[in-house]
Amino acid sequence: MYSKDYSSRKNIIIGVFILIALTFIIRLFYLQIIDSSYKLSADNIVLRKVREYPPRGLIYDRNGKLLVFNEAAYDLLVIPRQMKNIDTSLICELTGIDKPTFIKKIKKAKRYSYYKPSTFIKQISKKDIGSIQEKLYQIKGLYIQTRTLRQYPLPIAGHLLGSIGEVNNRDLEKDNFYKSGDYIGKSGIENYYEKYLRGKSGMSIVEVDVHNRVKGSYSNGSFDTIAIAGQDIYLGIDAQLQLYGEQLMQNKKGSIVAIDPQSGEILALVSSPGYNPNLLVGRERSPNYSKLLNDTLVPLMNRATMGTYPPGSTFKMVNALVGLQEKAIGKNSEFSCKGQLSKPIKCTHDHETPLALSGAIEQSCNPYFWNTFKNILENPKYDNSHTGYSNWYKNVVSFGFGKKFKTDIPFEVSGNIPNNDYFDKVYRGHWNALTVRSLSIGQGEILVTPIQLANLSVIIANKGYYYSPHLLVQMEGEKEDIMPEFKEKHITTIEPDNFDIVRDAMLDVFEADHGTARWFVLDSIKQCGKTGTVQNPHGEDHSIFIAFAPMDNPKIALSVIVENSGFGSTWAAPIASLMIEKYISGKSQRTALEKRIMEGDLIHNSKNE
Amino acid sequence: MRNREKISGNIDWVSVTIYISLIVIGWLSIFTASAGEDVTNLFDISTRYGKQLMWIGLATVLAIVIMIIDAKFFSTFSYVFYIGLMLILIGVLFFGSTVAGSKSWFKIGGFAIQPAEFAKFATALAMAKYLSTLNVDMRKLKTKVISIGILVAPALLILLQNDTGSALVYFSFILVLFREGFSGLILIAGIIMAILFIVTLLFSELYVIAALVLITFILIFIVKSLRRNWKPIFGILVLSSAFVFSVNYAFENVLEPHQKKRINVLLGIEQDLRGAGYNVNQSKIAIGSGGLTGKGFRKGVLTRYNFVPEQSTDFIFCTIGEEWGFIGVTVLIILYLILLIRLVILAERQRSKFSRIYGYGVASILFFHFTINIGMTIGLAPVVGIPLPFLSYGGSSLWAFTVLLFIFLKQDANRLNVL
Repeated sequence: MYSKDYSSRKNIIIGVFILIALTFIIRLFYLQIIDSSYKLSADNIVLRKVREYPPRGLIYDRNGKLLVFNEAAYDLLVIPRQMKNIDTSLICELTGIDKPTFIKKIKKAKRYSYYKPSTFIKQISKKDIGSIQEKLYQIKGLYIQTRTLRQYPLPIAGHLLGSIGEVNNRDLEKDNFYKSGDYIGKSGIENYYEKYLRGKSGMSIVEVDVHNRVKGSYSNGSFDTIAIAGQDIYLGIDAQLQLYGEQLMQNKKGSIVAIDPQSGEILALVSSPGYNPNLLVGRERSPNYSKLLNDTLVPLMNRATMGTYPPGSTFKMVNALVGLQEKAIGKNSEFSCKGQLSKPIKCTHDHETPLALSGAIEQSCNPYFWNTFKNILENPKYDNSHTGYSNWYKNVVSFGFGKKFKTDIPFEVSGNIPNNDYFDKVYRGHWNALTVRSLSIGQGEILVTPIQLANLSVIIANKGYYYSPHLLVQMEGEKEDIMPEFKEKHITTIEPDNFDIVRDAMLDVFEADHGTARWFVLDSIKQCGKTGTVQNPHGEDHSIFIAFAPMDNPKIALSVIVENSGFGSTWAAPIASLMIEKYISGKSQRTALEKRIMEGDLIHNSKNE
Repeated sequence: MRNREKISGNIDWVSVTIYISLIVIGWLSIFTASAGEDVTNLFDISTRYGKQLMWIGLATVLAIVIMIIDAKFFSTFSYVFYIGLMLILIGVLFFGSTVAGSKSWFKIGGFAIQPAEFAKFATALAMAKYLSTLNVDMRKLKTKVISIGILVAPALLILLQNDTGSALVYFSFILVLFREGFSGLILIAGIIMAILFIVTLLFSELYVIAALVLITFILIFIVKSLRRNWKPIFGILVLSSAFVFSVNYAFENVLEPHQKKRINVLLGIEQDLRGAGYNVNQSKIAIGSGGLTGKGFRKGVLTRYNFVPEQSTDFIFCTIGEEWGFIGVTVLIILYLILLIRLVILAERQRSKFSRIYGYGVASILFFHFTINIGMTIGLAPVVGIPLPFLSYGGSSLWAFTVLLFIFLKQDANRLNVL
């Protein structure tokens, strides 16, 4: 045979087969077992984490009337890494933005993260989202996320309800509950009860296909967490009363604070000028917010808790009560008044003389309270007037003046009751009752907030005690009181008996022939009140009124301040009286008065503007 | 009746068992890759798994028919098959339809047939027939030219159809020729050419040639016996240098841009995860994510949700890698390895030279497909679209591989009847 036997070459060929097979097995061992990056890449490709936003808790008033609810809105999210070969003009057309804006938004998203979704366009309405949804499959890297916006059935109580907005970097650092783009209560109740209202967001992991279509849940949803809705909250606010108060205060600067004396629950908290809370929702929030911020009338400031005023004549009752308690005066103590000629403080009211305490309160006689104040400080019980003063101070702060209530109303300020140290510093230790005489009639260094004034009314109504004024009544789903401090009874230094004469005098303010609020007396409700007129160096005096009713079983106690409106009886007293009537009877019979007040414009017609 | 019993008795059940196993694994993978959530009818021929089931049925019929036909039929009509298929390949160039850039399909009704798949067994038959002719002497140049001609004809025709992958398959016959006595240099030369090709693409030609010269001088300096035979050594050096120069030219002018890109990506010259590298990257992620034991049947999310392109045809290996993990792919590779080795053993036990050469042809073709297909899914070979035998979706390839294998199994069953 010429042919050689090459059959041994089969071994070489089999060797080649085995070599290749081994190469593959080694390579696969590396790919599948040693290198775990492929597993991670696979998860990144297939799994998409979808955050499930819980509906935020609703807010109701004391009668179960809805104050705040949620409405669906849609956010368009972007994952920059996935945006490849996209049709920019289609996106611009769908979302109604122009190309430079588009580029800006993408840049911003990239700065945040290439891999994590960030908000591309916020709060698109239900109507607009439809057309976007149809075309979305053509655009890789864009997703729709359902969100909820706050809506307010009544355009009231913006200050106390507050608003929500997107979290900022500080929020993100402070609490890892939040992710970029989340909403957080920025102010008011939304901020104070954020932890209850926000609920708990859920996370579902879904599998998507190569076209980014959701194919199903990952692992049958065993890693998913369900979004838990926020807790609903019930406030002490009476929506109708709040609305009425805001209507009465329109075109006026000032505030109304109405409190249920038996619980400390705030029934109405009006700060005027205010704003419609619906303005601070969604995409309009930012432009509207800056507009409000730049308004010279500072509508964003809650005057009821942040405004500080000298209490004026309303403070005379405090001095009367301290005087009685300290036995510096008696119920029947009389002091004479020389009217405009009185020294060291003149009297602005024209009345008979001498007056006893009751008449002095009713007539708001300045000299009477100067004498009272002087007697308190120069009380023979104490060595000197400084000790007398510090005793006066101790009594006064027991009314809640000069400090914050530590309540759920944000942005509260403490006001000011000067203490001994302050005067020692200012007068270098040389001062006496005469030096600080302005305090006797609620002027001078004393500053109080409207809510503190309303609380004074509460204390007189309750004959000596109060609960911290607060908004919360009940948090849904909480068995325990979440704010036990609201149930804590604060008792003043004044014994209950001492209140009777002051209360009678306050009744006379409405019901006596010379009462400063006699025009607003009601047959059906026994109202008690006290006017105040606060001298305002910058313009016309502020009109102040505090009141409570009905006298024997007080249901409402309030303070009304109308800035630059002159005497307390012109504006503040009728507003207080209308509020009382509205709350107790449900509606006001005095339509002419109501009309005059609502139409009164003290802002645009004011001489001082 | 008697005859048929004998056939079933002599048939090599090892190969048949592996064949059936591979087809079952293939169908399950096609099912997982193409079925939606709810499957009501496995025979629904609007789906890929339904169609494949039908084609498996037809393949079974083909296998049985081949086992019934007289064994001599194939050796007798080898050239007829070969010439017939060459004519069909020419016909495709004129009357064929284009699918995925390759004009290599005949469309009959709703079905398409790819003649290039069948050209493989015809070429194997023709090669076996030619080399088994009594007066063929492997050492003669004429023999070499003719046998290479038998390979080049179908390869060229298929290249003209723009189906590079299927054309490259004919390189696998190097193994057959090697076994039949072609110089071992042919294998070594092939390997050296492959290395030079890659090295030239990675580095500049001048560096490569400088390195070649250096290596040559070092060899001559160290190995004394080479000094006397310096002429052929320098010949090789000159030829290699010429090859190196031609590589860049061929690369730039012969290959299509997408092929160049695939090769560049494979060699790491280009990073292109969105284009040519996308398939391979997705494929590696799918396989890699399978881990040791895999995600389980119908749990391979990447392949099921279409993240890997062509996952029921050329990238079917991914589905197995993802769903059955390292254990699954190892089993599959070992099954192939056993089949390939078994075919070589069967080939060696043939009394007839024709059967032996054909057997090696079968083993070589399967080996080439196995190597390139799996190699490309794990990033070791360029992405040339050729199917994984018996597993990939597609009637033409399944039938062609079935015919290829069973003709040999028929020869083997009949081997004792050959004198």
